[in-house]
Amino acid sequence: MNHDNYDDDYIRGILNGVKSIAMVGASPVNVRPSYFAFKYLAQRGYDMIPVNPGHVGKNLLGRPFVASLGDVGRPVDMIDIFRNSSHIMPVVEEALQLDPLPKVIWMQLGARDDAAAAKAEAAGLKVVMNRCPKIEYGRLSSEISWMGVNSRTLSSKRAPMPTQGMRLSLDRTSVGGGETAASDRAAKNKNDLA
Amino acid sequence: MTDRLPGFSTLAVHAGAQPDPTTGARATPIYQTTSFVFNDADHAASLFGLQAFGNIYTRIGNPTQAVLEERVAALEGGTAALAVASGHAAQVVVLQQLMMPGDEFIAARKLYGGSINQFSHAFKSFGWNVVWADPDDAGSFERAVTPRTKAIFIESIANPAGSITDIEAIAAVARKAGVPLIVDNTLATPYLIRPIDHGADIVVHSLTKFLGGHGNSLGGVIVDAGTFDWSKDSKYPMLCEPRPEYHGIRIQETFGNFAFAIACRVLGLRDLGPAISPFNAFMILTGIETLPLRMAKHCENAKAVAEYLAGHPAVAAVNYSGLASNPYNNLARKYAPKGAGAVFTFSLKGGYEAGVNLVSNLKLFSHLANVGDTRSLVIHPASTTHSQLDDAAKIKSGAAPDVVRLSIGIEDKEDLIADLEQALGA
Ligand SMILES: Cc1ncc(COP(=O)(O)O)c(C=O)c1O
Repeated sequence: MNHDNYDDDYIRGILNGVKSIAMVGASPVNVRPSYFAFKYLAQRGYDMIPVNPGHVGKNLLGRPFVASLGDVGRPVDMIDIFRNSSHIMPVVEEALQLDPLPKVIWMQLGARDDAAAAKAEAAGLKVVMNRCPKIEYGRLSSEISWMGVNSRTLSSKRAPMPTQGMRLSLDRTSVGGGETAASDRAAKNKNDLA
Repeated sequence: MTDRLPGFSTLAVHAGAQPDPTTGARATPIYQTTSFVFNDADHAASLFGLQAFGNIYTRIGNPTQAVLEERVAALEGGTAALAVASGHAAQVVVLQQLMMPGDEFIAARKLYGGSINQFSHAFKSFGWNVVWADPDDAGSFERAVTPRTKAIFIESIANPAGSITDIEAIAAVARKAGVPLIVDNTLATPYLIRPIDHGADIVVHSLTKFLGGHGNSLGGVIVDAGTFDWSKDSKYPMLCEPRPEYHGIRIQETFGNFAFAIACRVLGLRDLGPAISPFNAFMILTGIETLPLRMAKHCENAKAVAEYLAGHPAVAAVNYSGLASNPYNNLARKYAPKGAGAVFTFSLKGGYEAGVNLVSNLKLFSHLANVGDTRSLVIHPASTTHSQLDDAAKIKSGAAPDVVRLSIGIEDKEDLIADLEQALGA
């Protein structure tokens, strides 16, 4: 897997396939990016589980916090890690102890740990790094186009009627022409410096 | 389905647009409304808090405008865009995200005269200090960098003289200085030059010109390349510090590689207010669908007219970088291989008087202060667009007293040449 540049089909396959998502590092503070993403994904119908040992006993949008992945107590399809790159490995190691194994490890925008990714891939999991599932969902469904964002998709079909909490179709034609190769280049430069 | 790369013309027609969900209307509707209903209180709060994507009020965004934004972002290869009321509004909104009172930005000396005025006078009252540099000498930008420098601003093809800027050389200076490179790509359009491919971090346009293309609607746009790391050195508080207007959100952390476009919308457009009308957004969007066809014709005609003028005995010099003899011809071949644009200047042996005479004798060319229309246009910059500059600054910006500027339209080139012929002979 080329982690510098994902095909839309790869991301689309993941977002269409998973149903439950445990978010490690979810925050109950409503201006944190993890809160935004948690709420957005919950509204799109994903079964969201907040994981954060600092908030056990509280709820996030009606879902109780658990302290660790081991405490979830039921199978989860995807682990979305809202932690810095330096905190990824222990979370991945914990995820690989789960039975059944999750299908996907997703590291948030800005987070990347190639060694942890390799470990998860060796165990048969799919990995996404340095991306936000909210942004990717919004982009592939073109919902994000309402904010002038380049969705890099085209469609000649009637747009779905937007209703609250709907799951928008992710099955649009992806294009590379509006491709943001420049931003991938920038992300790569940043990694080269780090 | 594999990720196939569609061409520029396909994106010019399709990017951002989709048949309307309620009516199936194929052309993008003009959503002529000020505001949009919320589903419930939580939806409203989510939109206001930037937690959800959606429409609130047309000063912040509008669905017709959004199609225009995504289309220009796709054509430029950016991550996102924001459309505003004019090219000048785009420049104010961009710099408001970058500059605090007392900060500096470095700008190319060869710019549209209105931009020279905006930077020298209007921005001075905000405490934003412009430092001028020579676009033909990247070293002059490097020497102008100070700890207060926040951005570099250039035009890809400079108005009025049509000279080509070495974007990559100046991008290298910006990268070294740790500041974003802003490129005004109005005269080139992404059909001729895509500045992001050459290292630009932000692209601005006056949509009023070739992108809209029909001389009927004002508009401007800001494209975010997604390339700049705004969190570095805490130099850009609008992007990297908690924003009090949004309960402490940090824009870069929340929006990643399209954070700059979001900052322009939710901090710039929302608070300064230069929204584009949905009707203008529609007109410009329609214009963009034929951009590739029009630009090819504009460039073909411009080259023919420039060649004609270069051979005319009354003409002293023609400044068109598409001519092999032009000092910018190498840069034109590198940056704009499909054509050197359609705005250029020439000077007459008869000087100022002859220039004024020519303008009044033309019958097909319109004498007015615009460029990038389907119609061919003519102006004498020294007495109009660049009149506020002193003589030395006029010469430096390419608007010497004997210079006439043309913007070549998409008429039949034989008719344009015939009109110049009769006016030069009159
Ligand atoms: C290169 C360039 N930039 C910016 C502008 C300003 O655009 P507007 O008139 O849409 O404000 C112009 C207008 O002539 C221009 O030619």
